[in-house]
Order: sequence, then structure tokens, then C-alpha cells
Amino acid sequence: MRTFGILALALALGLPVQAGAQGRDQIRIVGSSTVFPFATAVAEQFGKTTDFKTPVIESTGSGGGLKLFCAGVGMQHPDVTNSSRRIKASEIELCNSNGVLDIVEVKIGFDGIVIANSKATGRYSLTKEQVFRALAKDVPNAAGKLVPNGYTTWSEIDASLPNTRIEVLGPPPTSGTRDAFVELAMEGGAKAIPSLKALRKQDKKAFKAVAHAIREDGAYVEAGENDNLIVQKLEANPKALGIFGFSFLQQNADKIQGSLVGGSKPTFENIASGEYGISRSLYFYVKAAHIDRVPGIREYVGEFTSDRAVGPDGYLGDKGLIPLPDSDRAAVRDAAENLVSIQLADLAAN
Amino acid sequence: MSDVSDFSEPSDAHSFRNTEAADRRLRKRHAAERRFRFYGAAAVSIALLALAALIFDIVGKGHGAFQRHVLTLQIYFDPDVIDPRGDRSSQSLRMGNYTSLVRNSLTEIFSGATGRSDRRSLGSLVSTGAAFQLQDMVMADPSLVGERRLVTVPFADDADMYYKGYIRADTPEVDRRLLDTQIAWLDQLERRGHTHSEFNANFFTSGDSREPELAGILGALTGSILTLCVTLLLSFPLGVASAIYLEEFAPKNRWTDLIEVNINNLAAVPSIVFGLLGLGMFLNVFGFPRSAPLIGGMVLALMTLPTIIIAGRAALKAVPPSIREAAMSMGASPLQVVLQHVLPLAMPGILTGTIIGMAQALGETAPLLMIGMVAFIVDIPSAFTSPATVLPVQIFLWSDSPERAFVEKTSAAIMVLLLFLMAMNLAAVLLRQRFERRW
Repeated sequence: MRTFGILALALALGLPVQAGAQGRDQIRIVGSSTVFPFATAVAEQFGKTTDFKTPVIESTGSGGGLKLFCAGVGMQHPDVTNSSRRIKASEIELCNSNGVLDIVEVKIGFDGIVIANSKATGRYSLTKEQVFRALAKDVPNAAGKLVPNGYTTWSEIDASLPNTRIEVLGPPPTSGTRDAFVELAMEGGAKAIPSLKALRKQDKKAFKAVAHAIREDGAYVEAGENDNLIVQKLEANPKALGIFGFSFLQQNADKIQGSLVGGSKPTFENIASGEYGISRSLYFYVKAAHIDRVPGIREYVGEFTSDRAVGPDGYLGDKGLIPLPDSDRAAVRDAAENLVSIQLADLAAN
Repeated sequence: MSDVSDFSEPSDAHSFRNTEAADRRLRKRHAAERRFRFYGAAAVSIALLALAALIFDIVGKGHGAFQRHVLTLQIYFDPDVIDPRGDRSSQSLRMGNYTSLVRNSLTEIFSGATGRSDRRSLGSLVSTGAAFQLQDMVMADPSLVGERRLVTVPFADDADMYYKGYIRADTPEVDRRLLDTQIAWLDQLERRGHTHSEFNANFFTSGDSREPELAGILGALTGSILTLCVTLLLSFPLGVASAIYLEEFAPKNRWTDLIEVNINNLAAVPSIVFGLLGLGMFLNVFGFPRSAPLIGGMVLALMTLPTIIIAGRAALKAVPPSIREAAMSMGASPLQVVLQHVLPLAMPGILTGTIIGMAQALGETAPLLMIGMVAFIVDIPSAFTSPATVLPVQIFLWSDSPERAFVEKTSAAIMVLLLFLMAMNLAAVLLRQRFERRW
């Protein structure tokens, strides 16, 4: 009993004094769960091929990662954060207010979002407008007035689509995949409808509210963040469609098929060329102030921007990352090597 | 039962009816009892069936992870390829292209595969770990350079999945992860006896990896053990001491009532709240490192404490007062009474509570997310402050990975977690038996 107590006390009191002040010889990375499978592959390769320790990568989500990243400069804060969206102006301001002044942005490639179903039934060919009509909370009727979405089967939207009930399994609102899907597919579809296009010109906020609202009457099923689960559910239910990342389609192509969107199939080539319309850019951000304090950051960034990782034949392609066009890749590598830090003005430009 | 009917002999019509009514009531009561027993048995069998289905599913999916297919290759340690400077120094050997060694050896078997893309798809059948394995061999023994050796290397996950029957040759080529040529090569390798299946020891000796064939459970298992050690060392003495004080020594007043209510409430607080507390207190205020088993253990100890205190108090309360009174009457001080008589008798109950709390702690991921233990960590943790993850987190991360070979790894990790849990329970049972006393 007594020894237990003393041990516990020693554990509780002895260590914090030294822990904070210690330096680090291991890179700490946080951020997006979408970038996680790619960043971990790079980290493992980096750890094996160099003398540096393998970086520790936490899967915290893009927003959570940037919050940790921007908390300050010092060994208790992470060196790199992964993000499946671009950093926001508010986040740069948060970083700056905490003394994180130089942030190097590195774009690593694209991630396609697919709408897939079981191979037991036919392949869907959808347009973004049809996707919007199937999944939006409110849709404009013939007169252009917004009414609650009344479509129950795909054939009601368009006669070319099958007469099956609309049932789409997708990620919940907390997921980055959902954000990207809403922004690229739903907003894209809403823009294709004249009355909503007119609304966009008048009132951007109202337009976004309509375009981003997904129906809650059971046609869209929030199936959780685990994409493997959605794939399994699609196998069990051939009538349903599912929304998830391209890498899961790539791994399960014997069981499921990706729907055509706007006439283009979700393939490696089509996503890379931008012909397939639902894909987003993936990034990571490096804290420049840490570069000479934690060994290996420069080399890690070098590995992550090298052609053998993110090139057209790179090992990340095998994991489902779609490479940037050649010219962009060279520019990204140059910027990363010279540690060009991102400015608020860069964000406004886009 | 018969005495009920014996009790009133049918003497007249009235009492006969009475007896019949009594018999009916009796039959009804018996039927009710039989029904109740049936419901109970049904409930138990449903639970057992569910458990059997779960275990069957997990073992069915996961047993494959304990086997892996390996390839025996005749490797020529070509000095031109792996020793670019030609001086056998470790710097030079480190720069060598070991992937080429594997590909060269494979093209020796399949002389037809000469084009770049053929070589690429042939090489991708073998795990990327093979190159590092060869490199380690050469670094350990530079005299290998220029020699020929038979080396056994693991297959890549897709090839392994093919041998295990998860990738089928009859699916169209565009829909599977292997090309027709690759499948033909794999069949030939098998026919010629270059391959065999072996126990996957690697699964128990390595840390996490993004390549399913290289991923192992040891890192997470060590992390779990380290974390639970801290949890036990903190929560058991604190919990038992609190239980003893509250039950045996504390005055019964409004304050102790308030404390009791609070402890009962804390036992029901969602675990993520303890994670937030850990983040706010241990990381932000005290500046502890992230992802450390020490902090994980501290957070889980906070979560486990109420369970141990409640179970400990119940166990102390269950010790008959006669024991205390007898000890007191022999002149023992209150402390002696508690430590020498009451506590040993209460120990089995306290241990049961502790094991329930520890089992709960073993399965937690939510509070660990906040303190950075949901992470990809390759190195096996060696200290209480080195970055680590735990078994349930490893299961979560693998189940979320796109590669299909991780499905069996996930189930295998669940099996390891269950075995760990059983080992913990067994330890508790054994300890309980040692302390068990009857009175």
C-alpha cells in the first residue's frame, strides 16, 4: 500500500517539471483524417529511409488540427498540420495572435469524392443538378419557388434514372468529406438551376443556405465517418448510393462502382485532369519557426513533395491520392523549399 | 406441493369446488413459474448466441491475420546496385537501391518480364518492407555484398489477399487490384514452390505501419500495458483509501453526503469529459507531453476512481459488524481493525470493482483523443512519456483504413484486446480466490 502511494506521488509530481522544458527530436503532426492515410505513408517512408525518428501523426480533423497548430510556438505545440481544406483567414489571424507568424502552405494533391453503388445494379449517370435535387432540403418547383424536397424516387427527378427510392449513405456534418461534397456537388448543382442562380446574384448568403442544406427526411442517411462501413452497407443494400473518398472505391472496385457525374467516370485520370467535377485539394501547413528547432522537418517536407511520393507514379497514388499537374507540382516544391509563408492576401486572391 | 391438495379432503360439493379452484390456481402458479424460467433461459441463450455470433465473426475475419504468405528468393547482393561508392562503408551501403535487388531476382525467375512497367508490376507483388529487410541484413553483415543468398521476404498485401482468396481471378481485370499478368505470376510462383504460408510473427513483434503486411500490434499492446499500469497505480490506492476513509472514519454529515453524491455522479460522467479535463489540466496547465501513456493513464485513472470507490465502499459495508466488534473487543485500534480485519475480507469485492473499472479503461478511446493518443505511431513505446497509442485506438485506426487487408488486422487486433481483457480478469479471479474467506 505504502509503496503504491509513493510511486503514484512520484509519477504525479516528479515529471511535469522537466517535461515542458524538454526539446524534441521527433516531428509532431496533427490534422485531417482525410490526409492521415497519405501523411502516415510518407512519415513511415521518411522514418525508414532517414536517421530521423518517424513522426507522430494524430488524426484530429482539419479544424481541430489547425486549432492545435495555431496555439503557439514551442515544443509542446505541433510542427505540421494536415488539412483537407485551405486555411481560413480567421485561422491565420488566430495563428498570428499566438505568435505563429510564418506558415508554409504545401498543396499535395487532390482527393476525389465518389457517389457509388453496388455492382449488383446498374451504374448511375448523374448530373450535379440531379444530385442537388435528390439531396437538398428545399428545391425550387416549376414556378421557381422553394418548396420542401418531395422527390422520393430517382425517376421523378429525371426519366432516364431508375425507378428506385432515393437512399444515399453519406458522412455526417462533422466530416470534411461532407463539407467538400456540399461545396462542390450541391452548390454546383444549385448553380445549374436558373432560379437559384438568380438568387445567388441577389443574396449570396441565402443561396448558400439553400445549397448547403441536406434533406433530413430519411433519403440521406448519415452513415458515420467510417467509409469502410458505407462500402459494406452498399454491398448489403444494392438500391442505395454512398458518398465517400476515392481511395475506398479504388480498393473495392470489385464490389462497388462509381457513378458518372456530369458524364465523367471517377477514375484516377479523370480526377487528375479535373474532368470529374467533385474533387478537392489537400494541404499541409508547416510552422516555419520550428524548422531549425525540430530536426528533420525540412527533409520531411522534401519527402512529401518528392516525385516518388506525390508524382504520377508515386507511392501515394497507390493509396488513392490524385497528383497535381506537373507544373503545379514543381511550383509547390519550389515554394516549400524556400519556405514561402502564406499571407492573408493569398487567401483573398482565390 | 402435494400437501396443498392433501390439506383439504373433498368432503362436500362446496369444498370440492374449492379444491378444484385451488388446483387451478396452483397450476396457474406453476405455469407462471415455468414461463418465467423459460424467459430467463431464453434471455441467456439470446445473449450467448449474440456472443457466439460476435466471436465467430471476429475469429472468421481475423484468423487470416495470423498467417502470411512469404516468398523465398535467390538474392544476388550486387555490389554495383547496393554499394555505389564501392567501399563497403555504411554510408555507401545506405544509399544502395535494395528494391532493385528484389526486382532483379524476380526477373531472373520470369525472364519474360523485362519492360519497365512489367518490372514495376512484378516488383509490386513483394512488400516494400523487403528492401528494408535486405538493407538491414547488409548493414549488419557487409560481407554479404557480392554473395548469393536465399532470402524469405513477405508478399505485398494484394498478393497475400490473392493467396488467401479475397481477390479472385474471375473478377474482371479492371475491377481488381491485381493485373492478369500479376495473377499469372503469383500462380506460377506457387506452382514452382517459391511461396509458402507461415505464422505471421511480425504481427506480434512490430508497431503500426501503413502497409498492412508490415503492420503489427506490439506498439499498441505496449501502450495499453503502460497506460493501464499508470491507471492502476494511481486509481487503486487512491480509490481504496477514499473508500476506507468515507466508509469507516468520516463523520456522517452534510459534507460527506455531498461528497458521496458527487462520486456517484462522477461515475456516470461521459468519458470524453475526462479527456477535456486532461487536456485543460495536464497538458495546458502542467505542460505534460502529448500522446504519453503517463497522461493517458492519469486521465483514465480519474475515470476509474469513482467505480473503485463505490465498489470498495459496498465491499467494506458487506463485512459483518461482528468482525469489527470482535476485533475491537480484543483491544485493536480502529486502524488495526480496518487494515487487519475488515480490508482483507473486503478485498475480493474491491478487486471486482477494480477489474470492472480497469476493463472500462482498457476499452476507452474518447478521452485519449483529446490528449493526442489517437495517432499513427511506428516506434514501440519504451517509457511512460514516449508517444504511444492503445489497442482500441489501433482497432479504430485500422478499421478506418482503405486497404482491404486491414479488415483481418482489425479483427485480429480485437482478438488480442479480448485476450488481454481475459488475462486481466483471470488475474482478478486468482487474486480473489486468495483473499476469499467465508464466515
